[in-house]
Amino acid sequence: MALQATMHAPCTASRVARRAMKVSAAAAAPSARTPSATGAVKRAMTMTEKILANRSGNTSVQPGDNIWTRVDKLLTHDVCGPGTFGIFQKEFGPNAKVWDNERVVLIPDHYIFTNDARANRNVDILREMAQKYNIKYFYDITDRSDFRANPDYKGVCHVALAQEGHCKPGEVLFGTDSHTCNAGAFGQFATGVGNTDAGFILGTGKLLIKVPPTMRFVMEGEMPEYLLAKDLILQVIGEISVAGATYKAMEFSGSAIEGMNMDERMTICNMVVEAGGKNGVIAPDQTTFDYVRARTQEAFEPVYSDPDASYVADYRWDVSKLEPLVAAPHSPDNRKTARECSDVKIDRVYIGSCTGGKTEDFLSAAKLFYRAKRQVKVPTFLVPATQKVWADVYTMPVPGCDGKTAAEIFEEAGCTTPAAPSCAACLGGPRDTFARMNEPEVCVSTTNRNFPGRMGHKEGQVYLASPFTAAASALKGFVCDPREYM
Amino acid sequence: MMALAHQLQRRAATLSRPARRACVSVCAKVSKKEGEPRVIRGKCYVTKDNIDTDQIIPAEYLTLVPSKPDEYEKLGSYALIGLPDDLYPTRYVKEGQMKTEYPIIIGGQNFGCGSSREHAPVALGAAGAKVCVSESYARIFFRNCIATGELYPCETSVRLCDELQTGSEVTVDMDNNILTDHSTGKTYSLQSIGEAGPVIDAGGIFEYARNQGMIKTA
Repeated sequence: MALQATMHAPCTASRVARRAMKVSAAAAAPSARTPSATGAVKRAMTMTEKILANRSGNTSVQPGDNIWTRVDKLLTHDVCGPGTFGIFQKEFGPNAKVWDNERVVLIPDHYIFTNDARANRNVDILREMAQKYNIKYFYDITDRSDFRANPDYKGVCHVALAQEGHCKPGEVLFGTDSHTCNAGAFGQFATGVGNTDAGFILGTGKLLIKVPPTMRFVMEGEMPEYLLAKDLILQVIGEISVAGATYKAMEFSGSAIEGMNMDERMTICNMVVEAGGKNGVIAPDQTTFDYVRARTQEAFEPVYSDPDASYVADYRWDVSKLEPLVAAPHSPDNRKTARECSDVKIDRVYIGSCTGGKTEDFLSAAKLFYRAKRQVKVPTFLVPATQKVWADVYTMPVPGCDGKTAAEIFEEAGCTTPAAPSCAACLGGPRDTFARMNEPEVCVSTTNRNFPGRMGHKEGQVYLASPFTAAASALKGFVCDPREYM
Repeated sequence: MMALAHQLQRRAATLSRPARRACVSVCAKVSKKEGEPRVIRGKCYVTKDNIDTDQIIPAEYLTLVPSKPDEYEKLGSYALIGLPDDLYPTRYVKEGQMKTEYPIIIGGQNFGCGSSREHAPVALGAAGAKVCVSESYARIFFRNCIATGELYPCETSVRLCDELQTGSEVTVDMDNNILTDHSTGKTYSLQSIGEAGPVIDAGGIFEYARNQGMIKTA
């Protein structure tokens, strides 16, 4: 069967310089030879298919197959953990044990630094569960007045998971959070599920899922100095829409991806769910291995897509031609260039979350502030995702900034003091959450969703952006293309 | 268990059972008895495209734990409270009430997008929603509806959200795959709920598995 390639000429009305070549790949023709007498015929598979084949005990799987997969790790947090254990206890009985007490990771992160009694109770419930079921990995917090007084506490679950060495190539991870897909950056199958599915996993260590077909996104070329991973994923979501990848795997490759560090790769896979995607994957390489080996000595087996594997869609971009973007209110696919929103006056900036609160995100923001040598015009809230990120902000010299740390640069620029690590205002939360939008304001944010009410107030307007764009906007007082300060 | 995942492909044999008019009292979890028709009649509440989980149940209410009965009820009182007031002047659950007057929700595309929070279908079910009829669903929300048994996530290729009005009396017949708008008399085609039907009838994946003898009772 022939490949059909449809060239989409760039829309003349749009000044977004995109060259998206959409290729419809047909499945390979079935082999003419008879099956070998010794076993099943192997078909070319994508990474996602291979991981699921491996974990379901199959030689080969194809998209659409319903399979029982073994689970390497189950992640939950303070919002969904209590409900998940509630279901586990109800369904498997009060004397049941979890399938493997070393494969469950409990990470309180959502509603931590609040006086909300129920939120605080939920962390207590997690602690009870950790003790009752002898859960090895529980990153507890007991002293809410000083996050540093809690040696076990980490912060945002997806970033903590990576930093603690729980993300490994070739593995299967489920989490009670939509941004579990973040871990796909490590070349594993990672996706979000609800409490009931998670309760089932707690008891059995398995889940019944359907193998997703894979869409491929190739990013080639050298990243311009004003462009970050966030701009690339906003480009993709804007291209295919919030339901463009529903039930599908999104595979990212190309020289631009290969040149990224793990933080940047995570930013891309993190927002796969915003396009409706089931999971995101990036092939593991030396960058991945170095990161993982620095954090765990456990064995892992990387897998790679076969060269002749089938993809249901193919997209290709030359990143050198892309521009800084925002997702305007009220949808992650409401893609505009930062440039064309330069007349939008803003009230605040937020830099934080699993999507945009990692070390690399703060280094980027700091670099732009340092070059600009100016003060911010609006309140600029900084929430490092984890204790480790917070420490990096205060101790790591920002490259090319005369030995200054990000914290020093942020202070000179007039930003608010970096706050206690947690999910904080990314999803609003209890009323007293740090940086929650309690009035209808306009905010540029490095977070992941901007549906109505996402950061608190129903009439709040959130522009999703990269750390560069967020920093530039803070300096300007308007949505601002970072090139203005570079 | 295979049945559940098969439905995720959204192709299944059409069930054929005699249709009978039935008024369903509004209460939590579907739990339909075997032999009863899978027919729901009541007022419908119309929403548009991309109704995300923050609109279905804003994050500030996620401190409520769905497996605790009193908090489950409270979640229901907040169902769809995140919808913008200017677009949705009629609330899904009246202020001061715990339950909704609208057992049927009409949606457009990508209903339930956003977070994986199971609180979303749970809040709708706890409020008294029985069935949602939309053009398409986000993956995790769809799966959670079935796993919890809170809501039938029925699909249709018709853009019902442009045809129906909030408050109209409709009948959703999932045995014959027809939706009837009693205010106009018009009927619309539905896709079969397929193998997801029995799972939601039973009250969710665990109940279904127990009924089928797949797992021992606790």
